[in-house]
Parts: sequence; C-alpha cells; structure tokens
Amino acid sequence: MKILSLFTRRGSAPVARDRLQVLLAHERSAFGRTDLVSVLREEILAVIARHVPLEPENVRVRMERGDTMSTLEVEVDIPDTARLRLALTG
Amino acid sequence: MAKVLVVTSGKGGVGKTTSTAALGAALAQSGQNVAVVDFDVGLRNLDLVMGAERRVVYDFVNVIQGEAKLAQALIRDKRIDTLHLLPASQTRDKDALTPEGVARVLDELRERFDWVICDSPAGIERGATLAMRHADVAVVVTNPEVSSVRDSDRIIGLLDSKTARAERGERMEKHLLLTRYDRARAERGEMLKVDDVLEILSIPLLGIVPESQDVLRASNLGQPVTVCAAATPAGRAYAEAARRLSGEAVPLSFSAERTGFLGKLFGRRAA
Repeated sequence: MKILSLFTRRGSAPVARDRLQVLLAHERSAFGRTDLVSVLREEILAVIARHVPLEPENVRVRMERGDTMSTLEVEVDIPDTARLRLALTG
Repeated sequence: MAKVLVVTSGKGGVGKTTSTAALGAALAQSGQNVAVVDFDVGLRNLDLVMGAERRVVYDFVNVIQGEAKLAQALIRDKRIDTLHLLPASQTRDKDALTPEGVARVLDELRERFDWVICDSPAGIERGATLAMRHADVAVVVTNPEVSSVRDSDRIIGLLDSKTARAERGERMEKHLLLTRYDRARAERGEMLKVDDVLEILSIPLLGIVPESQDVLRASNLGQPVTVCAAATPAGRAYAEAARRLSGEAVPLSFSAERTGFLGKLFGRRAA
C-alpha cells in the first residue's frame, strides 16, 4: 500500500494553490479589493495610448463608493505635442 | 528624481530586511545615492544585518522629534560610499512615528537621495502602513508558502487603497520578489511554483531568490548578500532585481522552470 502511494502521490503544492485561490477569492470580496480600479486604469490607458503617446502616470482613476451610488473619476493629462498632432490629423 | 520604495510583505520572517539591505547595496554599487530606512520601531534589525549596529547614535524617531538633524542620524556605509542607513529607534514606542513626522523626513530624504528604501515591519499596523504611505514603488517579498502568499495578497490590497498614491488616483507600481525558492522541491510538486504565485497575486515578477546558505552567512557577517556573496545565485538574483528596478530589462538568470536532474531522469517537465 505504501509503495503504491509513493508512485501515485502528486505532491501537496497543487492542493496549496487550489486552497489559496478559493480563500483569496473570498477574502478579496470581503475586504473590498476587487482590482476594478487598477484593471480600469490599465485598460483606459491602453485605449488612449493607441491614439496618443501617454505616460502611465498621467492617468488617474479614482472610485468613490456610496450607499446608493458610486462614482468613477478618470483624469487624463494629454501632453501639448500630442494634442497638436490630434488637431492636425482631425 | 528620487524614488521611494517600500519593501513589504505582511508576514514576518520572509526576508524583508535581508532584501532591503541587498537591494539597497546593489543600487548603491551602481553609483546611485541610496538611503535605507528602518521602520520597525522597537524591533530594529536593518542596522544589524548591515553591520552598523555599533554605529547607531541617533535614529528615525530622534529626527522626527527634532532631537537630531537628519544628517546626524544617517550612517554612511563603510563599504559603499553612496549607501546610507537611517536606523529605527530600539527603545521608543512605535507610536513615536507620526504621519506628519514621517512625511517630513521622507521629503528631506527625497531631496538628498536617488532611492529611499523603506524596510517595513511585519503586520498591517502603524509602522507598516506608514512605511508604505509615501511609496512610489513597492517590492512585495513572498515565500512560496500559503501563509506568506495570503498575507502578500492582503498587503497588495492595502498598497492599492491606503497609500498616498492610491488616494490621489495614481498608479502604484508593485513588484513580486519571491524568496527562499527551492526549484527542485517546486518541480516535485512539494512547493508552490513561480507561476502559481504569479497567477494568484498577479503582479509582475522582480526576481527569484533561491533558498541559500549564503543569505544566512551574509547576515551572520553583517554584510548585504550583494556585497559579500555577489557571485552566488542569491547575490546575483538580488543584483539583477536591483537592475530591473532601475529600469533595465534583465533576463532571469535563475531559471525557475529549468528541469532538474530528477526531472530529467524521469522525463518530467515543469508546467
């Protein structure tokens, strides 16, 4: 029996990974970390950067959570040279 | 422009202080001006790990309370001219760190250095939140072990919500430094793999420091591992991590997924 289990044992790391994934999914929602703001920031940045050269530091995303309504505030600084190019290309 | 970096983890004993000393020394060796700051009031150890324990005269709390000037409290490293240490107080209460005081001292450090590296205490109490408060960049030190990964996840959540940058709606740059990694055990399925931890925490990888006797030896000697054991795998891993922090694209020299002897023997491959 023991020899058999030696060959079939998969190691404990996959168990650790599965336990962590379940636990952290629960804890993130409990502590309010949904990653939403950082995901939104990256995607907004990617969309704008397709048209205008932009530094990641120039995108600010803030979320205020209220009881009945939440607001999302997005602030993007566009450099002067980029604005000029936008105007020229229409 | 100066960058404030916090070395943090949530869990204790994963290698924050060792990593602070090693990264600080490596950045300073490249000619940049570096200050390493111990935020662990009452349980300071960065001085000991850096071999400066007998040179502490004034500390962080003395500077905050106006009992000493910053220049009097900073200890210049004997090996690297551009490396300085601001020790924590060993005798004071941890409430001696005030938010206003910390902000003022960090502003002053920003003017004098290229890098200000804040060695966070374990936990999520005052010392830890103040250490991360003014950071531009965070290095999250994690062991491939369930409790460390869980605590790192919690810390990442705090970095994204409780720091000055997060409150201004700005991006908080976060990096994972995986320490005490044993490739052979990971390949045998006994330890979480690099990819497992990366998938769970989903922040970019700064480096993988292998489990190594050289790290303990370095702290025994009071020398950063990048100074006394630069050519060892651990020393190289830290030196490369420091170059990545400076913006260089450096490939991982410690290939985490390379198949070991046993793996080759049995024809297994790492996932």
